[in-house]
Amino acid sequence: MTTGSDTRARAERLWARAGGGDGGPRLTRLQRLAARFGRGAVIGVPYLWLLLFFLLPFLIVLKISFAEFRIGVPPYTPLLEWLEGGYLQIRLALGNYLFLGQDPLYISAYLSSLKVAAVSTLIALFIGYPMAYAIARASPSWRAVFLLLVILPFWTSFLIRVYAWIGILKNNGLINNALMALGLIDDPLPLLNTEISLYVGIVYSYLPFMVLPLYATLEKMDVSLIEAAADLGCRPLRVFLTVTLPLSMPGIVAGSMLVFIPAVGEFVIPDLLGGADTLMIGKVLWSEFFTNRDWPVASAVAIAMLVLLVIPIVIFQHYQQRQAERAEET
Amino acid sequence: MPDHTVWGQCDMMETVAPGAAAARPEGSRPGAVLRRAEARPIIEIDDVVKTFGAFVAVDHVSLTIREGELFALLGGSGCGKTTLLRMLAGFERPTAGRILIGGQDMTDTAPYDRPVNMMFQSYALFPHMTVEANVAFGLRQDRMPRAAIRERVREMLDLVELTPFAKRKPHHLSGGQRQRVALARSLAKHPKVLLLDEPLAALDKKLRERTQLELVGIQERVGTTFVVVTHDQEEAMTMADRVAIMDSGRIIQVDTPHALYEYPNTRFVAEFFGTVNLFEGQLVEDEPDHLLIRCDALANPVYVGHGISAREHATVWIALRPEKLAVSTTRPDAPHNWDRGIVEDIVYLGGISTYHVRLDGGALARVTTQNLERMSAPEITWDDVVYVSWRPDNVVVVTS
Ligand SMILES: Nc1ncnc2c1ncn2[C@@H]1O[C@H](COP(=O)(O)OP(=O)(O)OP(=O)(O)O)[C@@H](O)[C@H]1O
Ligand SMILES: [Mg+2]
Repeated sequence: MTTGSDTRARAERLWARAGGGDGGPRLTRLQRLAARFGRGAVIGVPYLWLLLFFLLPFLIVLKISFAEFRIGVPPYTPLLEWLEGGYLQIRLALGNYLFLGQDPLYISAYLSSLKVAAVSTLIALFIGYPMAYAIARASPSWRAVFLLLVILPFWTSFLIRVYAWIGILKNNGLINNALMALGLIDDPLPLLNTEISLYVGIVYSYLPFMVLPLYATLEKMDVSLIEAAADLGCRPLRVFLTVTLPLSMPGIVAGSMLVFIPAVGEFVIPDLLGGADTLMIGKVLWSEFFTNRDWPVASAVAIAMLVLLVIPIVIFQHYQQRQAERAEET
Repeated sequence: MPDHTVWGQCDMMETVAPGAAAARPEGSRPGAVLRRAEARPIIEIDDVVKTFGAFVAVDHVSLTIREGELFALLGGSGCGKTTLLRMLAGFERPTAGRILIGGQDMTDTAPYDRPVNMMFQSYALFPHMTVEANVAFGLRQDRMPRAAIRERVREMLDLVELTPFAKRKPHHLSGGQRQRVALARSLAKHPKVLLLDEPLAALDKKLRERTQLELVGIQERVGTTFVVVTHDQEEAMTMADRVAIMDSGRIIQVDTPHALYEYPNTRFVAEFFGTVNLFEGQLVEDEPDHLLIRCDALANPVYVGHGISAREHATVWIALRPEKLAVSTTRPDAPHNWDRGIVEDIVYLGGISTYHVRLDGGALARVTTQNLERMSAPEITWDDVVYVSWRPDNVVVVTS
C-alpha cells in the first residue's frame, strides 16, 4: 500500500492536472488557505466514505471469519470474552480457513470461478474490441449515438435484463421458437441453464465495461500514427498488430480487469442462467450464508475471495501508475 | 516574360524580406534551378478535384513537380495544401483527375504501395518504439535483411545527427530531435518523393530558421524530391526551388521564388509573397514599348517600360515593392512615377529602415532603405514632407 506522502503527491498531481495548480503568486494567503481546505475536503470525503462503507463492513466480516458457528443470535461466537478473574480471552478460530483448504468444493469453486471469469473476459474482449474500434472511428455524431446505445442497458435493472435472457433462451423461448418455426430443428435446443447461457449472461452484462475503456484509449489514439504506418509500407493487418494493438494495451488491461474482477464473484447470473452443476464461488458463498447459515465459514469464503481478487487489482494499479508516469513524462 | 537580367540574382538577394533570401546557401540554388528545369517530371497532378460533401477543397489543380527539386506548396490556412499532399500520399482519393508518380498512374494506389513517404506535421512517431525502431519501421515492412536494416538505420541517424539517441523513446526527445527522427524515418526507404506537411511548424523561430537550412542541405545530399507544405512565405523562399501559391483550392502561380517576387501574376500573389504597395488605376496608354496608368491615389501618372496589350481603359493594379521605392526631400522633375507625402512612421530594423509615407491622395506607401552608413544622421524624420519615386522598370502591373 502507498505511504501518506505518496498519496498526497498523487492527489496534488491529480489536482494540478484538473487545472488547479498552485494558482500563481497572485493568490492572497486567505485564498490559498481556502484552497487548501477545499482540497482537503475534496480528497477527504471519498476517504471517509470508503472508511464507513467499505473498511468497517470488511473488518466486521473479517472478525466473523475468525469466529465459530453456534446456534443463537448472532450465529457465531464472540472473539473477545471476559473470563472470571479478570482475564480477557481472545479466540481466533482458524478452522474456517483450514476447512476451505480441506474441502475440495471450495477450491474447485474458486478455480471454476476463475475459469468462467477468464473465458468471459476473453469473449468480451473479442466482441468489445471491434465494437470500440468502430465507435472510435465513427463520425462524431454517430459516435454519440453508439455510445448511448452501449450505455442504454444500464437504465434498466440488471435483474430484469437477466430474466429477459431466460425468456430468450428457454425451451419455448424466442430462439428455440424461431428455429422451430423455420423448421431448422425439431426439438428445442437446450440453451438455458447450460455453460452457453452462463457465458451469454456474463458477457452480455459486462460487455459495456469492456467497450468503454477500450473506446477511451482508441478514441485518443492519433490517427496519423496509423497513416504513418501505412505510409511506411505497412498493410492494414500489420498496422493493427504493430501499432494499434500495442497502443491500446492500457484499454485492454482496464477493460479486462473491469470484466474479470466482478465476474469472479458473480452470483446472480450463474444462479439464474447457469446449470445446476455450475460451480461458482459466489453461489457457494450465498448457500453457505443463507442455506447453511454458517456465517463464519461464509465470511472466510468471502475474505479468501477478496484476497484472490486483490492480487489482480494491485497488478492493475501498478500498471496504471506506470502508464500515468509515462504520460507525465511527455 | 520580361527580361530577368535587369534585376540579376544579387539584386534580389539584398532586397527581399530580411533574413529570407540572405540566408539561402550561396551559389547552389540558382544553378540547381536551371539544371532541374530539364529534369524529368516525377509527379504529375492532372486536373485534380477533391470535394468534401459540397465543399471544394482542391479545385482543378494541375501541377508538375520535377525530379530532385525542392518544391513548396504555399498558401493560407484552409486553402487545401494538406489535402493535396494527402492525395499524393494516398490517404485521400481525388474526386476527379489523375495523379502520376514516376510516370505511373497512382490515383487509386494504396499508401503502402506508393513510392513516396510523408513526414507528418505532428511527426506521428510511434510512442511505443525507440528512435531506432521508428526509423527501422519502414525497412522492416520490406523484409530487408537485419544487417542491412541496421546499416541503413545507422546511416539515417548519422544523417540527422541522432546516433546518441538511438535507444530513446520519442517522448524523451526535444521537439527538434523528434522532427529529425521523423525526417530520418521518412527518408529511410529511399522514397522517390518525400512529402513534408509543415515540417517546421512545431519548432520555435530560431530553431526553425536553422532547420530550414538543414533540410535544404539534407535534400541536396540525398537528392530526393521534396514537396514541402508551408504557410510561411519566408520559409518557402528560403528552401524551395519552385513555389506553388494556392488560394481556396486553386493554384494561382507556380514559379521560382525570384519570379514570384518580381513578377507576380495577380494582386493576391504580390501581397502574399512579400510586402507590396498596391494602387488601383486605369490604363491610359498601352503601346508595345510602354504603358501609362493613372491611379486615383497617386498625383502623377505611372509610366511603365513595357506593354501588356490589355483592353483600353482597363482597370489594372500597380504593385511597387517597398525596397524599389526611393524617398527624398527634393522634388523630382520627371512628369511621372513620383508622389508627395508626409512621413508618418519610421521603423528602424538595423540593416534597413521602413518609412511609412502618407501620400497626399490618402494612401500609405511603405518604403525601405538600406542603412549603409554607420554614423550618418538620418536626414528624413517624422512629419517631413518627402517625395516617393520609382523607376519605370520597377513597376509590376497586374490585371486581376
Ligand atoms: N476530411 C475532411 N472533411 C471535410 N472537410 C475537410 C476534410 N479535410 C479537409 N477539409 C476542409 O478542406 C479545406 C482544406 O483543408 P486543408 O487541411 O487541406 O487546408 P490547409 O491548406 O492544409 O490548411 P492549414 O494551413 O490550416 O493546415 C479546409 O477548409 C477543411 O475544412
Ligand atoms: Mg494543413
